[in-house]
Formats: sequence, C-alpha cells, structure tokens
Amino acid sequence: MRLAIASGKGGTGKTTVAVNLATILAGLGQEVTLADCDVEEPNAHIYLGADWLYQEQQSVPVPQIDTSACLGESCLKCVQECRFKALIWMVDAVMVFPELCHSCGLCQYLCPSGAISEGIRNIGLLRSAKSRGISLVGGLLRVGEAMAPPLIKRVKETADANAGLQIVDAPPGASCPVIASVEDADYVVLVAEPTPFGLHDLRLTVELLKSLRLPFGVVINRDGMGDGRVDDFLAEADIPVLARLPHSQKAASISSKGQLLVERHEDFLGYFEQLWSAIQSFSPRVESSESR
Amino acid sequence: MKEIVVLSGKGGTGKTSLTLALAGLGPEKVLADCDVDAADMHLVLHPEVQETHEFISGERAWIDPQVCTECGECIEHCRFEAIDPSFRVRDELCEGCALCSHVCPVGAVQMLERHCGSWYKSLTRFGPLVHASLGIGEENSGKLVTTVRTEAGAWAEENGAELVLVDGSPGIGCPVIASLTNADLALIVAEPTMSALSDLERIFDLVEHFGIAAQVVVNKSDINNELVERIEAICSDRGIPIIGRLGYDQAVTRAQIAGQTILEYDPDNLGQTIRDIWKNLEISL
Repeated sequence: MRLAIASGKGGTGKTTVAVNLATILAGLGQEVTLADCDVEEPNAHIYLGADWLYQEQQSVPVPQIDTSACLGESCLKCVQECRFKALIWMVDAVMVFPELCHSCGLCQYLCPSGAISEGIRNIGLLRSAKSRGISLVGGLLRVGEAMAPPLIKRVKETADANAGLQIVDAPPGASCPVIASVEDADYVVLVAEPTPFGLHDLRLTVELLKSLRLPFGVVINRDGMGDGRVDDFLAEADIPVLARLPHSQKAASISSKGQLLVERHEDFLGYFEQLWSAIQSFSPRVESSESR
Repeated sequence: MKEIVVLSGKGGTGKTSLTLALAGLGPEKVLADCDVDAADMHLVLHPEVQETHEFISGERAWIDPQVCTECGECIEHCRFEAIDPSFRVRDELCEGCALCSHVCPVGAVQMLERHCGSWYKSLTRFGPLVHASLGIGEENSGKLVTTVRTEAGAWAEENGAELVLVDGSPGIGCPVIASLTNADLALIVAEPTMSALSDLERIFDLVEHFGIAAQVVVNKSDINNELVERIEAICSDRGIPIIGRLGYDQAVTRAQIAGQTILEYDPDNLGQTIRDIWKNLEISL
C-alpha cells in the first residue's frame, strides 16, 4: 500500500503530516517506509533524527561520442533527431550538452556507426536510514541538476523493496516531480492551508489528481488561520476532509525546532490518530497494509 | 535594466507576499510570476489580461490503434514507462523523445505538438505583469518559466522600465534554475525553522553555482531566535547580507484574503519594514 502526501503550494505541512503519521504507525507496530521524494529540499530526516546508514551517488546515462567512429557532417542523425538539443555540431565534431539530455537513448539507437556509448551525469545521492522504527529512503538532488524525476524514481524503487506501508512525501507544485512521486499511489493525502493562495494551489492539485485518476482526501493544516473558502470548495466538490490540524503557535514552535508534534503535543497525537482512521475509512485498500 | 528574482528553497516562506509588497515600491517595473506550477500573484494583482499566448513546447507520442500491431518494441525501448500494456501513451509520463516513433516497425507512432499551457501579458495597478498557467499534468515548466522571464524582460526594454521583479518557485530544480538565469540578484526569503534552514543552504549553493549575487530577508523572524542566529551565522559565513526582518504577523494572511499586498493592507507596520527592505535593495542595484 502506497500513500502519497502532496500539496500544490509549498510550506503547507506535507512533511509534517508525513513524519508524524509515519511515527504513530510505527508506534502501532506497523512496518512503515517513508520515501522522501522532495529531493530538491528533503527534510523528513530532520524530524526523525535520522542518520544516513547508506548513501550512494546516482547517475543517469548521457551520450558519449567516439569521434574516431563518428561519420561527422555527412550523418548528423543524432543532432537532427535529439528533441532536447543536447547534441550539436560544433565546427568539426558532435558536442554533447549533458545537462540538457533526458537519457532517452534515441541518439545511441540511431547512430549508424556505433559511435555513441553511454557516459554518465551525476544527479545526486540516494540514501537510507532507520529511525523510530521507520525505514527512511530519500534523495538529495545535486545542486545544479535540473531534473528531479530520475532521482525520485530511484527513491521509490528503493522504498518498494520494503514490505508494509509506504508513505511518500512529495515535492510541492503540480508538474513532473509531483507526478513522478504520486502517479502510482493507492491514495493521496493533500495538505491544504485555508488561505486564498492555499485554495488556488489546492484546486490545481485536485485537477491533477483527477486527471491521474487517483483517489484522495484533504488535511486542512493551520485550520483557523484564514477564511472558509477551502471548506466551501471541498464541500462543493465533495472531497472528504480527513483531518483538521488547528493553527497553533505551540505546534508551529515544535515543528520549527524539527520536532514531532505527536511526541510533544497531546492534542496532535489525537489529530493524527483521527487522520489515520479517516484514511482507512476513505481508502479501503489501506486497511490491509500487507497486500501491496 | 535589472532583474531581481525572489526565491526561498523551501515553499511557504513568503516569497509571493514579499514580491507583491515590493511591486508597489521603486521605479517603473515589469512583474513576472515564474512560479508557473502554482502561480498566485494574480490573486492579489487582479490583472487585466491584454494578450493570451498558447505555450507549445516539445512533443508527445500518439499511437494509432488502427496501425499498431502490438509488437511491443515501443514498450521495450521507452525509458519513461510512458506506454501502457494496451499500447496507449501515458501523456503525463511521455517526454516526447520520439524513440518509439523510430523503433516502431509499422509507423504507428505520430509525434504531436504539445500544448503545455498558456502565458499572458497583463496590466495591474503596479504595472505590467507576465504570468502563465501550466496545463494540468504538463511538463516543461522550466521552458515556460524561461518564456515568462524573457517576455517580461522584453516588455521592460520596450517600456524603458528599470526593473524586472520575478517571483520564483520553491525547490532548486528546473523551474528555479530557469528563473535564475540572467538575474542580477536573488532575493532569498529565509525562515527560522530547521527545515527552512537546510533548504536555505541548498538555495545558497545553487545561486553560488550560477554565480549570482544574493541577499536575504528573514521572515517570521520572531518564531525562533536561536535559529535566526543560525541564519545570521550562515549568511555572514557566506558573505550574504541580511537586508530585512519581518516578524510573524497574521496581517499577511488577512491581506491575502482582502486581495491586497501587505504594503497596502498594513502600510504603517509591515509596510514600513517593506519600505526599509526596498531601500536596502535599491542601494545594491
């Protein structure tokens, strides 16, 4: 069973929900893997106090040209067909721009003289840890690397090797990194903030999840900080509210220190227990976490 | 003409609220909402759209079921798992590389133009705004960001405006890199939380990687003094000036609800801090 935590807007509390939920489930004796797919700005390990046990450099394939085998200007198939302009003809040789390459393999497939082999571009670190009974898997995108989805896929593949419940902490937004994180989830928990920006970005994410045909419900975080328009929208669109986490200075202070609400704030332990039972009742597949 | 991009690494630190507030100060400018994934500036600016442009970028594969023999070559070669077992292309996973069209022995794959969203040239009470909406589930947000930024720059040239003020997106990946290109200054919004601190170092690394000058505004500066001190230490280590501090204030949310900038909503308190920030910013330009 794979549960993804997402939101259009950043800073609404995705990671807060993911780490606190994972913690109470591990406390109940559930086998839990947390996949931190926000590889651009990963933070789950901070809250879990996790030390990385394993770290490995990850790379994607990019073309490498053997100039002695390249047919040169008489061919240029790779240059003409690359959709990403990652190969260009420069004076007297094919030049590769590895940062633009999507690793599709087209150039290698098309090259008539076998002059293209696979080199690598580092994309960042894949890492894992164990803390509070939770298996944590995460990625750290190399600074300067533009494409997060390949690393997100590695994180998910690694998390998939574990049995039990998988909680995916997705990045903010509504484009490729989010899709890579949530597309195969069994259920998505959207974290929304009751503000105009929060509502607008929630709507975008709702549209995205509908287009992906994924079932979802919403957690309203910092409930009471803004207005009632998020509630109105959810009621009208018939989207379930799974839980409400009240706007609380004490909670904000606990989270700011990188601590867990379920360990430091009695009320929030209750809210997260409610959230888990709501997830179970709205998503029938969650109940039997063994049958992933 | 100068270009300032507002970034933060972590989401929800107050980039858009700060950008909007600064929009009301300083010289004639063009605004650019480069958070095309989750663009929010228009919610406060209420822009009058002057021009709408379709954003067409890249391609997507389409398999003609009448021609397809279901041989499986495309599925085998596709590195993005974008073709499902019933030989339909999953648009949200297709990167438009066209490898499938080359391996298909019967020519069943067509490459179609990809409509990734729209971008707009609008007028607001603070001057011109270039903004965009990315289509649902579309990729190429980096290219759309580049389009918005470039168009804003061109409009500024045309009007003789001195400044392009860009609202960026969270993270350090492709849309952020696209919004940083050409910037004269990255204005980074920091927040004293453990998560934001880690994200701050990553965005500092990114601007350094691209050789772009940075300045910092600390938002919600009164929620954790110890972490503010750590932000100060990191900034001083890296030689990045802190040009302003904003305390946590519910007026920020109330302004948003009222459809106003914090400068308009609270001109005396928050507004004064924003004016001081602008003064500091102006000196460095």
